[in-house]
Amino acid sequence: MDRRAIVAIAALAFLIVPMLPFVPEFWVVLLDYAGIAALVALGLVLLTGVGGMTSFGQAAFVGMGAYTSGVLTAHYGVSPWLALPVALAVTGLGALILGAVTVRLSGHYLPLGTIAWGISAFYVFGNLQLFGGHDGVTDIPPLSLGSFKLIGVRPYWTVVWVAVALGVISTQNLLHSRVGRAVRALRQGAVAAESFGVEISRTKLMVFVFAALPAGLAGWLYAHFQRSLGASAFGLGAGIFYLLMAVVGGAGQIYGALLGAGIVTVLRDVLQDWLPHIFGQVGNYEDIAFGILLIAILQIARGGVWPLLARLMPRLPSRPVTVSGERLAPAPRVARGGDLLALSEVHKHFGGLAAVNGVSFAVGASEIVALIGPNGAGKSTLFNAVTGVVPASGGDISFAGAPISALSPQTIARRGIARTFQHVKLIPDLSVIENVALGAHIRGSAGIVRAILGLDRAEERHLFAEATAQLARVGLVAEMNRLAGELALGQMRLVEIARALCLDPAMLLLDEPAAGLRHLEKQALAELLRGLRADGMSILVVEHDMDFVMGLADRIVVLDFGEKIAEGAPATIRAHPAVIEAYLGGIA
Amino acid sequence: MDATILLSLIQDGIVNGAIYALLAVALVLVFAVTRVILIPQGEFVALAALTLAQLQQGIPPGTAGLLVALGAVAFVLDLLRGGSRAPRRLARRALIDLAIPIALFELTRRVAPLQLGPVAEIALTFLLVAPMGPLIYRIAFEPLADASILVLLIAAVGVHLALTVLGLTFFGAEGFRAEPLLDFSLEFGGITIQAQQIVVIGASLLLMLGLYLFFERTLQGKALRAVAVNRTGARLVGIPIAASGQTAFALAAGIGAISGILIAPVTMLYYDSGFLIGLKGFVAAIIGGLGSYPLAVAGALGVGLVQSFAAFWTSTFMEVVVFMLVIPVLMLRSFRAGPVEEE
Repeated sequence: MDRRAIVAIAALAFLIVPMLPFVPEFWVVLLDYAGIAALVALGLVLLTGVGGMTSFGQAAFVGMGAYTSGVLTAHYGVSPWLALPVALAVTGLGALILGAVTVRLSGHYLPLGTIAWGISAFYVFGNLQLFGGHDGVTDIPPLSLGSFKLIGVRPYWTVVWVAVALGVISTQNLLHSRVGRAVRALRQGAVAAESFGVEISRTKLMVFVFAALPAGLAGWLYAHFQRSLGASAFGLGAGIFYLLMAVVGGAGQIYGALLGAGIVTVLRDVLQDWLPHIFGQVGNYEDIAFGILLIAILQIARGGVWPLLARLMPRLPSRPVTVSGERLAPAPRVARGGDLLALSEVHKHFGGLAAVNGVSFAVGASEIVALIGPNGAGKSTLFNAVTGVVPASGGDISFAGAPISALSPQTIARRGIARTFQHVKLIPDLSVIENVALGAHIRGSAGIVRAILGLDRAEERHLFAEATAQLARVGLVAEMNRLAGELALGQMRLVEIARALCLDPAMLLLDEPAAGLRHLEKQALAELLRGLRADGMSILVVEHDMDFVMGLADRIVVLDFGEKIAEGAPATIRAHPAVIEAYLGGIA
Repeated sequence: MDATILLSLIQDGIVNGAIYALLAVALVLVFAVTRVILIPQGEFVALAALTLAQLQQGIPPGTAGLLVALGAVAFVLDLLRGGSRAPRRLARRALIDLAIPIALFELTRRVAPLQLGPVAEIALTFLLVAPMGPLIYRIAFEPLADASILVLLIAAVGVHLALTVLGLTFFGAEGFRAEPLLDFSLEFGGITIQAQQIVVIGASLLLMLGLYLFFERTLQGKALRAVAVNRTGARLVGIPIAASGQTAFALAAGIGAISGILIAPVTMLYYDSGFLIGLKGFVAAIIGGLGSYPLAVAGALGVGLVQSFAAFWTSTFMEVVVFMLVIPVLMLRSFRAGPVEEE
């Protein structure tokens, strides 16, 4: 039986179980609430676990969805089903506005920002007359299908968990798409992703809005289940609980969100029943337990409970990438004379330090130029300046006759320059083939909507066919379904080269590609690079292995202390006195 | 608005600002040394204020029991986590984690009903609250010392959650207000200044001067600064990182306790009042970029003033105004920094 069938049967059983009369109502209610919370946690998995943006403020989006629908249906008599798209639109718009001001916040400032609007949302919901002030919104009509009112916990179960299923499917579709790979690169590979054309800020904002929508949906479900609203359900405390659910379940795992929501909801109810008896007075004593639980989970199982459970269960066959489909068509190469890349008097200062000081050289079409020099000579800095990662302080860089020194890494990638990194920048928890496919990001076009609806499959097949072909070129096709983080360093470097080739570049920048490779692998790499040159690609390579460089490069540029000290054919460089001085310290 | 109201708003703003400034300094300190964003900073304030109020009423405060519990948990966890069981170290740990808290508990129980007067009560409050800092650091944060800032932040929220409700358990839901240290007021051309307000400002200034001298003149202070600048480098020259974390938390809890002692007579406080007070210290610390003490202090005065004016114009949305203040500041800071990757 295949994976889909197993999941479908399990899901169906899950939807039917609560209809059976012997299942106690108590548990059905709890799991109704757990399902509503799971939607919020699902958004957090995407935002925090995958995208690396911690939010304590998701409850505000639940509130937006709930109050929009509550006010429209209770005060203006709108049908709940008509109010649903409005509630989602309001939540999305709210997320767009809050996101526009907060997602650019770096590191820990972002969660602090979410705390600020999490607190503010509570006062806004609780005090605006539109939302009924302190009394809140009451008499919200229930959902109904024709004349059948969905009142009572059992019918609502179906509505809630169908919504959760839709949330899970769309999140999964998103994660396994072109946009999803960009999202998964946000946390650990933002610089590399930028160099392959991913717009980081826009991707973050998109994730932010997408994560708010299930929260808005949860709010709508909550409003018509609870049928009255008060601000305390949408304050910072609630926001902290949603994050707790994601952390307990496993912040990076879709099913972790469901598990976490279940654990926290049930535990909360049980504790709320028991603790006041123990303490002898009324109060939210369960918070002590949850505070301790949160810390304990972080200390003992930082990945959450889901990964621990998943290890115990029989492994379902995972979704391996099978390649069937045409590769992408390469861009037509215009044969042109003259230099492809030209640097003129390029400077880069870090404070008072001149890392690159007036360097000029050029790389012609179908030429391999090597950049060598002792450690700290400024080679990697020069690479970063050419690719726009760290803009040059002065001088001109032009590519195919057009200046590129003021352009962003994304635009430079689109012009046809691809690169690898001295310190490998692969995304460790993505498979090898997905890492390589990220290189073809700008050659695809499917956006988030196509991804969620699963309409991007044809394009995905092309992207993966291309990625497989490039992986085959570096001899690693057998490793394509392994996680990138499991590879040896030399293999990682080759994967980076395959990823760069996926961009279909006119020019390839390789930062120490041979470091960590064995002798035979180096020979194979040199062979590959010669083949690329024969196909018309230009290559600029930084490398310390002199045998490798001397046998491969058409021309060598030597840097020392940020300045060019020599340039010429390998034989000339080998005998150049300034080069010998720089490397060996001169003749005593 | 006439001049009298204006002046009294400014006066309120400065008094509040002085407290926020103390908290902001503590937050910057803890963040620099341990990378923990200390959300529960405000809980120390509330615990201290409620402790002082109860001592004044002659009731032994619940914080004494909390201290014993924290000490016992820290002691047991230390053993479970494989801390050395050499007899000398064990004896030392038992003294610090068990004997001293129990002695303080006994002392409190006997002394509280005697109502020994403000000096003894304040000293006892400080002794009960300040040691909670290093204990909490050892229980919650030391095992996470290598985690990312975000993980530490989530753990800090966990500590806040537990500590707030522990406050409820010990002090109940009713509010407390302590007796002022100096109970008279001065008149200056139509404005009244409470003596307690002068105490708050004076004590804040003194405390900040003390911290300045600690960081500039003492070896321990310099060691903390070294850890803040470069953890690995500090470790290489023999500065114990874990001990630095404990010192930072001791200072934070101590500053929190003093802040609580200072404002206990100024406003009515509840078990959960600390959170908002601490967060406003945060807004101030963030204005200083979580890195600069003088900017944090300036930010704190700003927050205090904004709050007192916001309270005058729109009391329902006062908190919204104060917390939204943080967004433009955060944006300004982020636009200057490039994209950040998790290490």
